[in-house]
Amino acid sequence: MKILVAIKRVVDYNVRVQVKPDGTGVATDGVKMSINPFDEIAVEEALRIKEQGKADEVIVVSIGSEESQQQLRTALAMGADRAILINTAQAVQPLQAAQVLLKVIEKEQPGLVITGKQAIDDDNNQTPQMLATLWNRPQATFVSKVEFTDNGLKATREVDAGLETIEVELPAVISTDLRLNTPRFVKLPDIMKAKKKPLETIDINDIAGDRSEQKLTIKSYEPPQPRTKGIMVESVDELVTMLKEKGLLS
Amino acid sequence: MNKVLILAEHNGQQINQSTAKVLSAAKQLSDASIDVVLFTGDKSVADQVAQFSGVNKVNAVVCQDNHDQLAASIAPTVAEMAQGYSHIWGPSTTFGKDVMPRVAALLGVNQFSDIMEIIDAKTYKRPIYAGNAIITVTSDSEQQVATIRTASFSADKTSDGQAEVVVSELTTMAQHTTFVTLESGNTDRPDLQTASKVISGGRGVGSKENFAMVFELADKIKAATGASRAAVDAGYVPNDMQVGQTGKIIAPDLYMCFGISGAIQHLTGIKDAGTIVAINKDADAPIFEVADIGLVGDLFKVIPEMIEKV
Repeated sequence: MKILVAIKRVVDYNVRVQVKPDGTGVATDGVKMSINPFDEIAVEEALRIKEQGKADEVIVVSIGSEESQQQLRTALAMGADRAILINTAQAVQPLQAAQVLLKVIEKEQPGLVITGKQAIDDDNNQTPQMLATLWNRPQATFVSKVEFTDNGLKATREVDAGLETIEVELPAVISTDLRLNTPRFVKLPDIMKAKKKPLETIDINDIAGDRSEQKLTIKSYEPPQPRTKGIMVESVDELVTMLKEKGLLS
Repeated sequence: MNKVLILAEHNGQQINQSTAKVLSAAKQLSDASIDVVLFTGDKSVADQVAQFSGVNKVNAVVCQDNHDQLAASIAPTVAEMAQGYSHIWGPSTTFGKDVMPRVAALLGVNQFSDIMEIIDAKTYKRPIYAGNAIITVTSDSEQQVATIRTASFSADKTSDGQAEVVVSELTTMAQHTTFVTLESGNTDRPDLQTASKVISGGRGVGSKENFAMVFELADKIKAATGASRAAVDAGYVPNDMQVGQTGKIIAPDLYMCFGISGAIQHLTGIKDAGTIVAINKDADAPIFEVADIGLVGDLFKVIPEMIEKV
């Protein structure tokens, strides 16, 4: 079985993103870029499944600019077997990303697709669900545990009410939550080895030229409303008095 | 006219507050006609939705074998029903996030995720980058599929409605997906997402056993309990208590947190709280930058003292 893992290049999660003063976007010049953390968990999970002998090949795919090769190389250094860059200078939205990934699926015929539940830049949380829909296959979203069964796999999902377990037949799409695993550290020799692994670049129009035109248009960016500066109290008595005055404690 | 179809959420007995919040958001659209679709094993829940004023029709789709929990089973029915509706909205909860993008894909549109403000019938504000930027976003699509950020809207409290309830059977069961179990960390405490008061603990609480203190204080003031990702990762408390970018986004009147340093991913979950109170032994913790009231102190001394004094 092949596993396809979709990853996205995003601003590193430690960076505090700032809106540009003219409201046309967020400042990304010179900012550290990384694999979307949820996607890194997806890569790790695919590698663990392969290491258990349940998959033969882990393919990582990313849709983005040439620079996304860096993140694909990182995934190769983690242990993925080969990488595909679907090259586009334009940002793609979830529906289009799902349409492109469907073409990659048709080409590669994976038994399982794993990707992060959301990218920490747009926070959309849509692409895996849309991909499963277009592919007409099951989805297990927000997954914190995966267990293979005779018929497919059992996935434990982190939902608002607790932990939900569903069983899905394969092929299927899994979207990862944070507690699925802790990704491995990449060692230097692995980075060297990853340079020799295959990385194929395909122009987005060559693989998915018939993408939907439907898009959301961003009119402006603004920083969030700051909260008014708070005050420091010195004692529990002072705190309790203040909360009672505000009517928050009786 | 704006014709709205709302996907309702419930737990089998009770309508989730998220439904009342999506309804509030829908009522902000001008000249809105609102219908609801609800998937359920027990159609009595539909009567609760019918009581909201401003709802014309409740489509109760009866499901067997917990298929009402499965996005792949219910999304095709929502998409079929969506014909003729200008707005197809659901809550930005794990339920809505699972289902709505499937509906959007079936309708061939991108979804507006986590709407926090409605500018007009086709323009909204939503947070990106964990709330570090807010975008105004629009689409001229005839079918606007969206999830509503529940912390940004108050729950509709009307109860004098008399919507028509139309019952049908689910015909779009996904054969490839089966519901197995739901393991709920539910307690007798107020629900975290709707409580007016929330007491939270972080890594600083130090252990599962120490969390008993946090629970005791919460019970004393009838608050719900939450936690940071660090506390959940460390196994102190179950995942359903996590507040933040990937956990629950909440907006209580009072949010009081102990031993939480205040990573941006956590702050994004509490930004809409009325009053944020932070107790941390580190005076430089970023949580103090957003707190309305801060107290530098040892939570192991502060919590017992508070339990005594509130």
